Amino acid sequence: MSQQHRGQETEELTYREAIQSAMVEEMERDDDAFLMGEDVAEFGGVFGASQGMLDQFGEERVRDTPISEAALVGAGAGAAAKGKRPIVELMFSDFVGIAAEQLLNQTAKMRYMFGGQADVPLTIRTTEGGGTRSGAQHSGTMHTWIAHVPGIKAVAPGTPRAVKGLLKSAIRADDPVFVFENKMIYGREGEVPVDDDFTLPLGEASVEREGSDVTVVATQRLLGETLSTAEELAGDFDLEVIDPRSIYPLDTDTIRESVEKTGRLVVADESWLSYGTSSELVARLSQEAFYDLDAPIQRVGVPDVHVPYAPELEDEVLPDGDDVRDAVERLF
Amino acid sequence: MVTFDLETEEGRRGALRRMLLVREFEETASRLSSDGILEFATVHLCIGQEATAVGACAALDDDDDITGTHRGHGHAIGKGLDPKLMMAELAGRREGLCNGKGGSMHLADTDKGMLGANGVVGSGAPITAGAALANHMDDDGNVSLAFIGDGAMAQGQVHEALNLAATWDLPLIVMVENNEVGEFTLAEDQHNIEDLSETAAAYGIPGVTVDGMDVEAVFEAVEEARQRAVAGEGPTIVEGKTYRYHGHFESDPEPYREESEVERVREERDPIDTYRDRLIERGELTEAAFEDLQADVEAQIEEAVEFASAAEHPDPEEAYEDMYADPVPEIEQFTNPTLL
Repeated sequence: MSQQHRGQETEELTYREAIQSAMVEEMERDDDAFLMGEDVAEFGGVFGASQGMLDQFGEERVRDTPISEAALVGAGAGAAAKGKRPIVELMFSDFVGIAAEQLLNQTAKMRYMFGGQADVPLTIRTTEGGGTRSGAQHSGTMHTWIAHVPGIKAVAPGTPRAVKGLLKSAIRADDPVFVFENKMIYGREGEVPVDDDFTLPLGEASVEREGSDVTVVATQRLLGETLSTAEELAGDFDLEVIDPRSIYPLDTDTIRESVEKTGRLVVADESWLSYGTSSELVARLSQEAFYDLDAPIQRVGVPDVHVPYAPELEDEVLPDGDDVRDAVERLF
Repeated sequence: MVTFDLETEEGRRGALRRMLLVREFEETASRLSSDGILEFATVHLCIGQEATAVGACAALDDDDDITGTHRGHGHAIGKGLDPKLMMAELAGRREGLCNGKGGSMHLADTDKGMLGANGVVGSGAPITAGAALANHMDDDGNVSLAFIGDGAMAQGQVHEALNLAATWDLPLIVMVENNEVGEFTLAEDQHNIEDLSETAAAYGIPGVTVDGMDVEAVFEAVEEARQRAVAGEGPTIVEGKTYRYHGHFESDPEPYREESEVERVREERDPIDTYRDRLIERGELTEAAFEDLQADVEAQIEEAVEFASAAEHPDPEEAYEDMYADPVPEIEQFTNPTLL
């Protein structure tokens, strides 16, 4: 799919700018789309993703809310069931638990329980990931939680291009979509097509680097780290690097095809290792590519501890490019 | 426009008929849940609470939205949902309102403004605030009403929704059906105030408590709340003091109250009997006309049971439908074995 867009006019955007341009373009396109969340209007979002949007769209469509995650998500679902296209910002993915009932029992189940009567075109954006020295309640990576519950689609794009294309698709989608934005790559730059109708399909992975020796599936911040590691390792191992982009639905086919070529797989994702996104990837690939594997699948993720505060401790538990390199070396 | 204008004789008889319809539906569901097509079903019946459901819905426009509770059959009938499709849903049939996927606790009919009964206490409130937000943003002149029980007034998300709606002046009405028992524990053991509408003070909005066994009192309070809401003056809490005659669910041994108390309420406060008597006293209804209404309603529910009994069961494969507007391969593999 990424090849298909080659040759298009592009612009260099940061991840943050890509998020904002996706929201702005979709809100210009569709009067039913609006943004609400804590501090998204006057303050412009705690990480600045919606700065200036209040001026452009006014307070009806860029709404500061009380600090009430359950009401935010529930009201988003209710407005969506009535045909609006709310974009709800949850400041940190760590706060997903406050809204859990409205996510797990309402948003996720509404369409199914109603026998398909109600589309719920709700987009929820949140930030995740460690590295800000903020301690355990502002550093989590929670996309596994949401991906585990059927009824809500989950994306965790690793590039400006992917976040723009997927956020636009999320807003246009008639299903609830949770967009997980790693806050550590908000400043990361990349080429993004200049096209108001540029979207990327939910559930499609992207081969970000072609290689022949090892397939590394890497999400979010770890995608960029893995691409750097791939260049460092280029003389020894030729890595193929895939951004799954979408956690649910998950494009197993693209990953399987890569593993059929390389015979080796590393999965790198900042979720906790146990019962996490990487576990699901490993399960699927061991089922679908068992006879293509030449070595046991390796995983890179956060050990089953909380993200600690002190820099020495946080750096210890957060995975990075060195961990990917170690995992690659374990395969040979 | 209101559904039944209780300022008119016709509207009052319409509301009485609809309360009878709720009662007959519920008595029938009770019977069928111990012997018949609902034997497998979990149902929470609202017998005794007809006036809050019908009185509140009577004051609403067809295009207004509601959410109901786990005790939601009255809300659904009040909002004009078809008892045939409701009974078929309770019986788990494909032709039911939700294709057999929802059942009693998830009855919904979005075309009729029923955004779902709810299996979780208090969870409808944020959703209804969102529907009211859509009313507000679209400036459609409609309102959204959340039915909640007394128990839900102890749920944080109800207060989050009220605060949000009050702060934004959303056209929301929260109709509290205080039936004195939250599940299996008396309301007085769950709350520190007697009139739950007093919570309105915390949000700077009106809160009124009315006799929830009096359909006219409920109608008037909700009609006033609706006028405030459409005028942009924000939400109102209306509490109706009511009573449920059956247990929390049909096999509830009800250790929290004496049977004599239930009998006394039935004798003295029954919302249908008292309203019938009032209309007869006013000369707006005769005994014979009431019996005709009763017979008419019985026939309608009998027809609903016949419809539900004859309705087709879903094919097991239908379990894999209706998850998404845009389906995912993770589910399609179960309907298309070649993908496995």
